[in-house]
Amino acid sequence: MALSDQELKEIAYLARINVNEESLTSLKKELEDILGLFEELNEADTSQVSAMSHPLDLSQPTRKDEVTEENLREELLKNAPSVKSGLFLVPKVIDGDN
Amino acid sequence: MKNYSEDWEAVIGLEIHVQLSTKSKLFSGASTDFGALPNTQACNIDLAMPGVLPVLNEEVLRMAIKLGKALNAQINSPTSFARKNYFYPDSPKGYQISQMDKPIVENGYLDIETEVGNKRIGVTRAHLEEDAGKSLHDDFEGQSGIDLNRAGTPLLEIVSEPEINTPEEAVAYLKSIHSIIRYLGISDGNMAEGSMRCDANVSVRKIGDENLGTRTETKNVNSFRFVEKAIQYEIERQIHELESGNKITQETRLYDSQANSTRPMRSKEFANDYRYFPEPDLLPINLENEFIEEVMASMPEMPNQKKERFVSEFNLSEYDASLLAADKDLADFFEEVAKVSNSPKLSANWIMGELSAELNKENLSINESKISSNKLGQLILRIEDGTISGKIAKEIFEKLWSSDNEVDEIIKSEGLEQVTDDKEIESIIDGVINNNTEQLEQYRSGKDRLFGFFVGQVMKASQGKANPKQVNDILRKKLEK
Amino acid sequence: MDLHKLSLNQQLNGLKEGDFTSTELTSHYLDRISKLDKELNSFITVTEDQALLQAEAADKRYKDKNNLALDGLPIAHKDIFCTKGVLTTCGSKMLSNFEAPYSSTVYEKLDNEGMVMLGKTNMDEFAMGSSNETSYFGPVKNPWDTEYVPGGSSGGSASCVSAELAPVATATDTGGSIRQPASLCGLTGIKPTYGRVSRYGMIAFASSLDQGGVVARSAEDAALILEAMSGHDSKDSTSLKLDKPDLTKGLDDSIKGMKIGLPKEFFAQDMPVYIEKSIEEAIEVYKSLGAEVVEVSLSNINLSLPIYYIIAPAECSANLSRYDGVRYGYRCENPKDIEDLYMRTREEGFGKEVKRRILIGTYALSAGYYDAYYLKAQKCRQLVANDFSEAFKSVDVILSPTTPGTSFKSGEKANDPIEMYLQDIFTIPANLAGLPGLSVPCGEYEGLPLGMQLVGNSLEEAKLLQFAHSYQSNTDWHKKMPNI
Repeated sequence: MALSDQELKEIAYLARINVNEESLTSLKKELEDILGLFEELNEADTSQVSAMSHPLDLSQPTRKDEVTEENLREELLKNAPSVKSGLFLVPKVIDGDN
Repeated sequence: MKNYSEDWEAVIGLEIHVQLSTKSKLFSGASTDFGALPNTQACNIDLAMPGVLPVLNEEVLRMAIKLGKALNAQINSPTSFARKNYFYPDSPKGYQISQMDKPIVENGYLDIETEVGNKRIGVTRAHLEEDAGKSLHDDFEGQSGIDLNRAGTPLLEIVSEPEINTPEEAVAYLKSIHSIIRYLGISDGNMAEGSMRCDANVSVRKIGDENLGTRTETKNVNSFRFVEKAIQYEIERQIHELESGNKITQETRLYDSQANSTRPMRSKEFANDYRYFPEPDLLPINLENEFIEEVMASMPEMPNQKKERFVSEFNLSEYDASLLAADKDLADFFEEVAKVSNSPKLSANWIMGELSAELNKENLSINESKISSNKLGQLILRIEDGTISGKIAKEIFEKLWSSDNEVDEIIKSEGLEQVTDDKEIESIIDGVINNNTEQLEQYRSGKDRLFGFFVGQVMKASQGKANPKQVNDILRKKLEK
Repeated sequence: MDLHKLSLNQQLNGLKEGDFTSTELTSHYLDRISKLDKELNSFITVTEDQALLQAEAADKRYKDKNNLALDGLPIAHKDIFCTKGVLTTCGSKMLSNFEAPYSSTVYEKLDNEGMVMLGKTNMDEFAMGSSNETSYFGPVKNPWDTEYVPGGSSGGSASCVSAELAPVATATDTGGSIRQPASLCGLTGIKPTYGRVSRYGMIAFASSLDQGGVVARSAEDAALILEAMSGHDSKDSTSLKLDKPDLTKGLDDSIKGMKIGLPKEFFAQDMPVYIEKSIEEAIEVYKSLGAEVVEVSLSNINLSLPIYYIIAPAECSANLSRYDGVRYGYRCENPKDIEDLYMRTREEGFGKEVKRRILIGTYALSAGYYDAYYLKAQKCRQLVANDFSEAFKSVDVILSPTTPGTSFKSGEKANDPIEMYLQDIFTIPANLAGLPGLSVPCGEYEGLPLGMQLVGNSLEEAKLLQFAHSYQSNTDWHKKMPNI
């Protein structure tokens, strides 16, 4: 199953993982091998079954609409790489939605 | 105002995001209160800490079902969630939990009023999804600050069929939705604050063409007025492009209210592949019939029903009923006034007249009215029972607006009761006639217009308190003599 | 006294009887860890101070006679379970500095029973691997022969229990990550029914496949801990609405007349002779205990590997999107814009296997491929589940080898992803169907242990453990420990 360089670059961008030029070829080969596995499903007859997205045949539970979480900002922001005035800092974002 | 060639038609679809007014978030127990300090209402689930899992807020199901009923739509059961994958700093998980295949509400419609009568706009679907956080750009030296308080707040995204054809229709649709969500109490629908957001999908085509043109999506319109202007701008822009021989690029555009124009957002084309797949951390939701029925039974009277009732019960005109029923708070205010005063027609007039004028002058909403519904009702009651005249009532209205006094208090303390004693009126009239013999001559010799002059003089002499009808009758008799 | 030679129940009784204290027991293990773990690298974090404090508290409760059910018993936790205030790395550079701000339900349940945490065990990065060679914190060694791998992803848990550095350890299993290391290290490892153990606080790899479980030295030991770990958790929507099951009561019950199914598709494959032989011997033991052995057919079982390698990467590609250098974890240096922040943080913070799987998953979900791959895989998954349902109409448990061989040398399969993936060929089906499965030691070849797998019907962990215990009451494989 062939994967073009362009496709690989697009996938890498969608996944936000930088792939440098040197590793492109070897990565492509590794992925192609794994993707080769996918073809094994083509022959299977799945006309009589529906997709299983959960092993459990149950219904989603719900919780009451109440505020149960208190303000734990200090605790939760402790692991943040960059914080100021209680906000997570990132390089400037352009064209933000509000 | 159309300034493009007449053979184009616009095709518009609106995606409206409604922030639901639950106490806690869609999938976590953090508070949804507005205005808290950054990240003080973002728990570990909202911050997408490793290992956390979503748990569904039951209230959103009720809210969605109510909306579905109000939109004449079907409620899907089971309904399920899906992951919409994209990277953005205000989206902590790197995916948004939304709905793809089986949205909770589907196939509904809304009737709007246009210049040419009723038009039915289809509502394709309404689905639940979580809101993202906010990015703040000032004061961070070239960086952006991310506040995740809003992340995880429940939204209902309402998607219309592309059956809207003018900016005016778009606004009518938007206003209808706004009215409905406020009626249902599921959202405060405040566009300026962001609890109701509108994205417009716009395309144009030659009239008669069955194919849809390429559409653009316009975001960042945060008022009814801007929605209308943005759509108008986009229609004209697209027509201009096409008439110049260019193609329309399918893209997302941002509306700039200062410049009244739209510009494209910068993003890579294929980056819009959201790779939707069923959310494995949440199970399908089965909505029992009893539950759905119980929720629907608990719904308040909706705008259309209320309007009909105002016409049949209170004998209001369609126009008056429509106006009053459109806003729930206004409708409630009206009914209270009508109840106290026992005169719905007069109540409607005063609310749409005097009261509206005063509210508009000071830019207040009905909830901020300086005269309560009870007081206004009492004032109107005193007109109805003849205690005061309509003219005097207007004066009293001004006094009520700027003070805390009661209606009867003011009437009594300032002696504003109407004069209704015939003898008293007679004597006032006699006095006026005696002081204006020249006009009397003129009137008797044919100048009928002077009747108004005499009425004015009588009202002045009685400080406006003489009952106008009685003045009319008695004056006429006296002048004829 | 060689306290580490005692079974969990013996240790628990010893504590109850006052034969020794938890502080003595805990210190004994901490001592062994400090001496022996350098070579094995089975721990990422040893929580020495905290452990001694917990032990002290347990001792006090024993003295005051208000001790908890598992009070004072030491345990090691796979570093995939969030433990508040303690480094929780998931074997990754991405979380190498992450101190969890909350604890997983699994940790809390065991903590509430008084268990003493010795530390967090090493693991394949983000639970992806079958040899524990992908950990940012270095590979884990198999105590039976340190040139060999312990299996993965719960390699650290298996290694430390096998080396008797902890009497028992928690672990997780998505495609075999408890059972396969258990097999390679001569231990008993159990993955329960999907939904039995809460996933809250268990760092997600593939949400519809992940389950928490136990690696222990016997079915008896495993039963004790799995019971305490299980039960409904309202914080996990996919958690079964059932209370803690009773897994210890029926352990000694006879398996006479019960049926063991042998899937013909598994046994049709080429298998090393020594594996075939050990399975045959195990079957003889079971027959001697009165069980019947029956052939069953799981006709779609050979689709398991491709199904798994579409679904697991797809789910993981989304689950790992949160590791972006914004709110916690690793961040690249001097990001020039937001895209650079994401691209380089994730390039540098993730290891090769993790990146491979994220890319595979992204591909499988992408426009144009979703139907052919992801959707198709989910449908095929239903076929596999249906096969099991059908088989369990006629048998009580299904038996097979756990792994296609004994352990292999470090580095041997590290450069061949597919070779590595084949390690899980017997274990993956149970995850796809959400069924409970365990591995018990049943043989040895050239000085390395091997195990057999038992898969049970939904919610039948007790039956599985009963079968395992029955076997262990009549054989000695599980009693063999490596000499270190």
